[in-house]
Amino acid sequence: MAKHLILFFAIALLLVPLSPLCLSAQTPETPIPAYHPPEASQAAQAQRLAALEQQAADAKSSADNAWMLVSSALVLLMTGPGLALFYGGLVRKKNVLATMMQSFAMMAVITVVWAIVGYSIAFGAGNSFFGGLHNIFLHGVGLQPDADYAATIPAQTFMVYQLMFAIITPALITGAFAERMKFSAMLVFLTLWSLLVYDPMAHMVWGKGGLLNASLGGRFPTLDFAGGTVVHVTSGVSALVCALYLGKRLGYPKQPMPPHSVVLSFIGACLLWVGWFGFNAGSALASGNLATSAFVATHFGAAAAVVGWSAAEWLRNGKASALGAISGAVAGLVAITPAAGFVSPRAALVIGFVAGAFCFWMVTKVKSIFGYDDSLDAFGVHGAGGTIGALLTGIFAQSIINPIFKDANGKALPSGLLEGNAHQLLNQAVGIAIAWVLAIIGTLIILKFVDMTIGLRVSEEQESQGLDLSQHGEEGYYWDTPG
Amino acid sequence: MTKVEAIIQTSKLEAVKDALHEIGVEGMTVLEVRGHGRQKGHTEVYRGREYTVDLIPKIKIEIVLADDIVEKSVQAIVTAARTGKIGDGKIFLTKVDDAIRIRNDERGESAL
Repeated sequence: MAKHLILFFAIALLLVPLSPLCLSAQTPETPIPAYHPPEASQAAQAQRLAALEQQAADAKSSADNAWMLVSSALVLLMTGPGLALFYGGLVRKKNVLATMMQSFAMMAVITVVWAIVGYSIAFGAGNSFFGGLHNIFLHGVGLQPDADYAATIPAQTFMVYQLMFAIITPALITGAFAERMKFSAMLVFLTLWSLLVYDPMAHMVWGKGGLLNASLGGRFPTLDFAGGTVVHVTSGVSALVCALYLGKRLGYPKQPMPPHSVVLSFIGACLLWVGWFGFNAGSALASGNLATSAFVATHFGAAAAVVGWSAAEWLRNGKASALGAISGAVAGLVAITPAAGFVSPRAALVIGFVAGAFCFWMVTKVKSIFGYDDSLDAFGVHGAGGTIGALLTGIFAQSIINPIFKDANGKALPSGLLEGNAHQLLNQAVGIAIAWVLAIIGTLIILKFVDMTIGLRVSEEQESQGLDLSQHGEEGYYWDTPG
Repeated sequence: MTKVEAIIQTSKLEAVKDALHEIGVEGMTVLEVRGHGRQKGHTEVYRGREYTVDLIPKIKIEIVLADDIVEKSVQAIVTAARTGKIGDGKIFLTKVDDAIRIRNDERGESAL
């Protein structure tokens, strides 16, 4: 006992001389002026106070920035390897590399496009639909915060965080046209899609002056915390359009096309779940209470959706499958995305459970009724889950979680239907409807254009050979090579 | 000489191998094969789509034996591989004209 105490004091003594060193290393620019006795001038007091305030603000900025950089990395992790593995496992083995490559290509191509013009269209100041070209080549996007978006983090942190969303959104669509689109056509289609569908939608919901922006006074304030409409409705609905336009895969639905490795999909889904904390809790754009609230809601939504999907599957098929459980998790994460920063943990459980069961029904029943080949269920999960999540956000949003609407005196107004703001459900519907219409029209036009210029589909021969070999000249698995 | 081709359940390979070793059979060739006889296979469900898997993974053991131990070997395989349920497999016997050991040109039963 005594020995421990001595050790403790020894360590404490060692640390004492270090502590002022750490402090001065972190904040060299704003030294606190020495304490003056009361008779000192008022000016010196004010100066001292200002310096203290500056230090407090700097400390908050550092904390927020640390969380936002981690969140940015987490959201990138969702695309590669998360989504790449999730989708890669669901296709046949002759297409595994090509499918993973589609997600990976977005990580590279969309980044370049974002730097050149994408960010400007989405987040530059502009009209209700379009951000304009003030920030092309990231002009004016420096290390100073942009107070309209996030007052405590460098504008570049905000920019790179939003970039990760711009990357994953088109990558989600690839699930609908898996196993049959040309690599070249995919690149052109998704680049144009990002510029003409994603960026304007992001501007409308999150950009300065955007038509649907809830925090910056848009005409129809739509509650979309982390991208239920911007990310999931746009990508999911566009996925449906792609599936209908491209037609079915060769041999579908007669020829069996089971996933070649649910194991890969499993790993991918777990990475998506983890990455989603960056996606949703990061959308607080700070590391405070709201991030915690969104984090908890995200986790609860995902968990409840696994229960919802698996229960529905168990009742219908007599078994709860692994693929069902991970699909349910993704569906729940999708549905909680718009709601994450507005709802209580209890509401998150309800939203997740409903979304899990609903998406199960969409994927197993509705798809086979209509017969479209949404190969990896990008619409059934993201389009359907995003839509229902955005609607439920309008019902469950609470001002005590996030006082987004305020009156002239700064007093919080009710957020969702259950709080008495029935009008919000209508605004949510407007936001959803705009996302649907923009996605349908934009996707159709771009598909038509790419189809007429370079052609969308691979030849029948290439399709049966597999995209790995026909598009990339390699194979995912070389297990049978003789020694 | 007789070639014995035994198609058995994958889970029975170890038991059959041991039984054959016990009666002195020294070599064998084992193949992973797929097929079905009267056993109709099973269904798998992926996101609501049902697939019937009727070509079931099996193990095929090929051995060429001197005629005097064929019956004993067949009995050993049957005893080791039997579960009594559909899908236990089959054994086929064929006459073999000759056998050649590549290493030293030995022929006939001594090459086995």
